[in-house]
Amino acid sequence: MPQDNKQDIKAIIFQLNDEEFAISVQQVSGIERMQHITRVPQTASFVKGVINLRGVVTPIIDLRKRFGLDAADFTDSTRMIIVYMDEMEVGLIVDAAYDVIDIPEEAVEPAPEVVGAVDVDYIEGVAKLEDRLLILLNLNNVLTDEEVRALKTVEG
Amino acid sequence: METNEYLEVFIDESKEHIQSLNDHLLELEKNPSDLTMVNEIFRSAHTLKGMSATMGYQDLADLTHKMENVLDAVRNQQLVVTTAILDVVFEAVDQLEEMVMDIASGGEGRKDVVHLVEQLNAIERGEALPEENSNTAAPVSESDHQPQSTLVSTLDEFEMTVLRESNDQGYQNLELHITLREDCLLKAARVFMVFEILEQSGEVIKSAPTVQDLEEEKFEQSFTVLLVTKDKAEEIEKKVMKVSEIESVKVQNFSIEQRSSQSGNSEDTNKLSEEKGATAVAEAPVKQEKDTAKKAPVSNKTIRVNIDRLDALMNLFEELVIDRGRLEQIADSLKHTELQETVERMTRISGDLQNIILNMRMVPIDQVFNRFPRMVRQLAKDLGKQINLEIEGAETELDRTVIDEIGDPLVHLIRNALDHGVELPEVREQKGKPREGSLKLNAYHSGNHVFIEISDDGAGINREKVINKAVSNGVVTNDQAENLTEKQVYQLIMESGFSTADKISDVSGRGVGLDVVKNTIESLGGNITIDSTFEKGSIFSIQLPLTLSIISVMLVEIKEEKYAVPLSSIIETAVIKKSNIMSAHNKKVIDFRGKVVPLIDLQDVFEVPGEKHDDEYCSVIIIRKGDKMAGLIVDTFIGQQEVVLKSLGNYLTDVFAISGATILGDGQVALIIDSNSLIV
Repeated sequence: MPQDNKQDIKAIIFQLNDEEFAISVQQVSGIERMQHITRVPQTASFVKGVINLRGVVTPIIDLRKRFGLDAADFTDSTRMIIVYMDEMEVGLIVDAAYDVIDIPEEAVEPAPEVVGAVDVDYIEGVAKLEDRLLILLNLNNVLTDEEVRALKTVEG
Repeated sequence: METNEYLEVFIDESKEHIQSLNDHLLELEKNPSDLTMVNEIFRSAHTLKGMSATMGYQDLADLTHKMENVLDAVRNQQLVVTTAILDVVFEAVDQLEEMVMDIASGGEGRKDVVHLVEQLNAIERGEALPEENSNTAAPVSESDHQPQSTLVSTLDEFEMTVLRESNDQGYQNLELHITLREDCLLKAARVFMVFEILEQSGEVIKSAPTVQDLEEEKFEQSFTVLLVTKDKAEEIEKKVMKVSEIESVKVQNFSIEQRSSQSGNSEDTNKLSEEKGATAVAEAPVKQEKDTAKKAPVSNKTIRVNIDRLDALMNLFEELVIDRGRLEQIADSLKHTELQETVERMTRISGDLQNIILNMRMVPIDQVFNRFPRMVRQLAKDLGKQINLEIEGAETELDRTVIDEIGDPLVHLIRNALDHGVELPEVREQKGKPREGSLKLNAYHSGNHVFIEISDDGAGINREKVINKAVSNGVVTNDQAENLTEKQVYQLIMESGFSTADKISDVSGRGVGLDVVKNTIESLGGNITIDSTFEKGSIFSIQLPLTLSIISVMLVEIKEEKYAVPLSSIIETAVIKKSNIMSAHNKKVIDFRGKVVPLIDLQDVFEVPGEKHDDEYCSVIIIRKGDKMAGLIVDTFIGQQEVVLKSLGNYLTDVFAISGATILGDGQVALIIDSNSLIV
C-alpha cells in the first residue's frame, strides 16, 4: 500500500558508543571516510575542524563530544556523515554508519521525559524496531544548541 | 515561441532603458532646453513600450505610452519642461522600475497607476491642446501605415541639398514604403537585404526609422526609405519584392516641394545651403560609408553572458588553481627537469588565463554609481537642501563580487554626507558658501586596489563634539581622548553605538550606520579612512581589493598547522633574536625600524597544541592595518602562493581572526588569517 509506505521514514543508522541513532536520508548528502581535518581555533569544543570535501570547505562536528560522551580513537569504521540543513553542510563524526532502513511511523514514540542526566533537546523520538532501539535525531538542535548560540552572540 | 526565454533579456533591457531614462531626465532637468535629451528619453520610453507590449505587460506599456505622449509634446515644443512635469515623469519612471522589479521577481508587473496616468493626461491635455494641430510630425515609428511623405519633415538641410542636386542631374528621388510580413522572423536580415538591393541601384539618403534602429529591429512591420537613383520605380519595386517575407512595397516619386507645403520656414535654410550644394553631393556617399562602418563593429563587439556561467567558469578555474598548486609540489619533490619545465609553462599559461577570467568578471563601478543621481535628487528634496553631485571615474572596474557588496555602504555614506555634512542653503549662505552644496564621488585604480572617495563641502566633523560624545558613550575615556590624533578622532564616529547628529532623522543617524559600513568594508578586505576640515567638508575614502576570489598569501606554519596571511596586509617578514624582544605593559614588543611594534604569538591566539619552541630566533610577520602595526610570531615561513579564497560555510560564522579558508596543493584546508581583527 503506497499510502502507508509514504509514512515510513527512510533513515540512515549510525552507531555511537553502542547506541544506535537515526537520521532521515533526506538530510544526508553522503558518508565519507576519515581524512585530514584542519582544526579551527576558538570555536565550540565539539567543532572538530574543517575538511576539503571535493573542493568545498566543510565543517566537522564530533558527535561524541557534542553528546557529552567519552572521546574515543578513530578506527577503520569511523565515518563522517555529511548532512545538509538550512543551506549548511556539516559533517558528523560517528563510530560507524552501516544501514539504511525504513522506520514505520507508528514505531516512533516521543522522547521520554528523562533520559539519563543529559538535557536532550536534540532527540526527536525513539523508535522500537523488533529488538533494536533507535534514537531519532533532531538535526536542527544538534547543530545549533544554546552553546553555539551563545558563542555567536559573544563574537557577533 | 516561448516568452520565458526572452524574459531575462526583457528584464535586463528594461532596466537599462529605465536607467537611461533616469540619466537623461536628470540631464534634461539641468538643461531644460536641450531637445536632444528629450529625443533620447523618448527613444528609451518608446522601446520600453514596444517591448513590454510584446511581452504582454499591459500596465507597463500603458504607463510608458502616457509618458511618451507627454514627452512627445515636449519634443514638439508644445510643452515647456518644468520641475512639476519632471517630478511626475520621475514618479512614472519609479513606478515603471517597480513594475519591472516585480516582473523580475516573478510577478505580473501589475500596479495601480490611475492617479499617475491622470496626472500625465492632465499635463498633456492642459497645456498641449491649443497647439495640437500645428505639427503633423507624429513620432516616426508610429506613422507606419500612411505611405505619405512622413520623411520630409525630418530631413535636414544637407539631405535636402543632396535631393535637389540629384534632381538637377537627372536622378530621380523615390520614396519607398516597405512593409514586412507579420510573421517575419529575421526583420533585421530582411532590412539588410533590402538595403543591399537599393544600394546597387542608387543611394539611400534617409530612412525612417534610422538605419541603426532598423538594424536593431526597433520598428514594427514597415519602414520608409528615401532613394536617389536612375532606375525606374517599377524595376526597383520588383527587385525589392524578390526579398522574401516582404508584404508590400510602395514606390512613389518624392519631390522636395512637398516639404515647403508642410513647413514654411525651411525655404530660407534651403536657399542658404544651395550655395554649398555642389560639394555636398560629392561628400554624401563618403559620409554614409563612414556611418555604416562606424556602426557595424559596435554591435558585434560584446555579447551578453549569464553571470552564472561566468561563476561556473570561475569555480572550474579555482579547481584548476588548486591542482596547479599540487602539480608544482609534485614537480618540486620529483626534481624531474622536463616535468618541472612543463609545470612552469602551465603555471604561466594559467596565470594569463586567471587574468582574463578575472577581467571578464570586472564590471564598471557605474553599475553602483548610476543610481545615485536619482537618490541624491530625492534626498536633497526631502531634506530641503541644494546639492550638486559630481561623479568621476564611473568607468573604474571592480570584480562583480565586490560590486555586489559595495552598494549599501556607499548609499549609507552618501546619505550621511547629505544629512549631516551639507548644510541647509540658508546656513551655507551665512557661512559665506554657495547655496548649493557639492558632493563628489570619485573612483580610481591604484596598484591592486580601487579607491572610492566621497567628499562634500559641508560642515565637516566637529572634533570637540565627537570627543564629548565618545566620552559620554564610553567609547573612550577622557585621558585617551586627550591624546588622539585628528584621524583617530574621526575613526571614532565609525565605532558602534555612535551618532553625532543632534536629532535622529529619517535619512540617517539611528545610531547604527557608520559602524556597519566600516564592518562591511573591512569584511571585503578593504578599509575606510576619514579626513575632514571643520566647516570646510569631509572626505570618506574607501580602499578595496580588486578581487575577492583569488588572493596572494604568505603560507606559514605553526607547529603542525598551516595558516595563510594575505599579502595585502603584510609589510615584511623578519627573523628576530629572542633577546631583542622587549616588554612594555606586560606586552611583548620589538623595535622595528625605529617603531615600537607589539608582538602577537599566533600559537597562543589560535591555541595551537604542542610545546613552545625555545629557539634563539623567532620568525615574525609584520602586518599593518591603517597606520597601526603588529608582529605575528610564527614557527616557519613556507612561502608565497596564490590561493582561492573559500568561505567556512554558513555553520561556522564569525570565527575570531579567521576570514576564510583555502585548499592547498596537498588537498588539505588551510585557514586564512584576518589580520585586521588581530590589530586592535
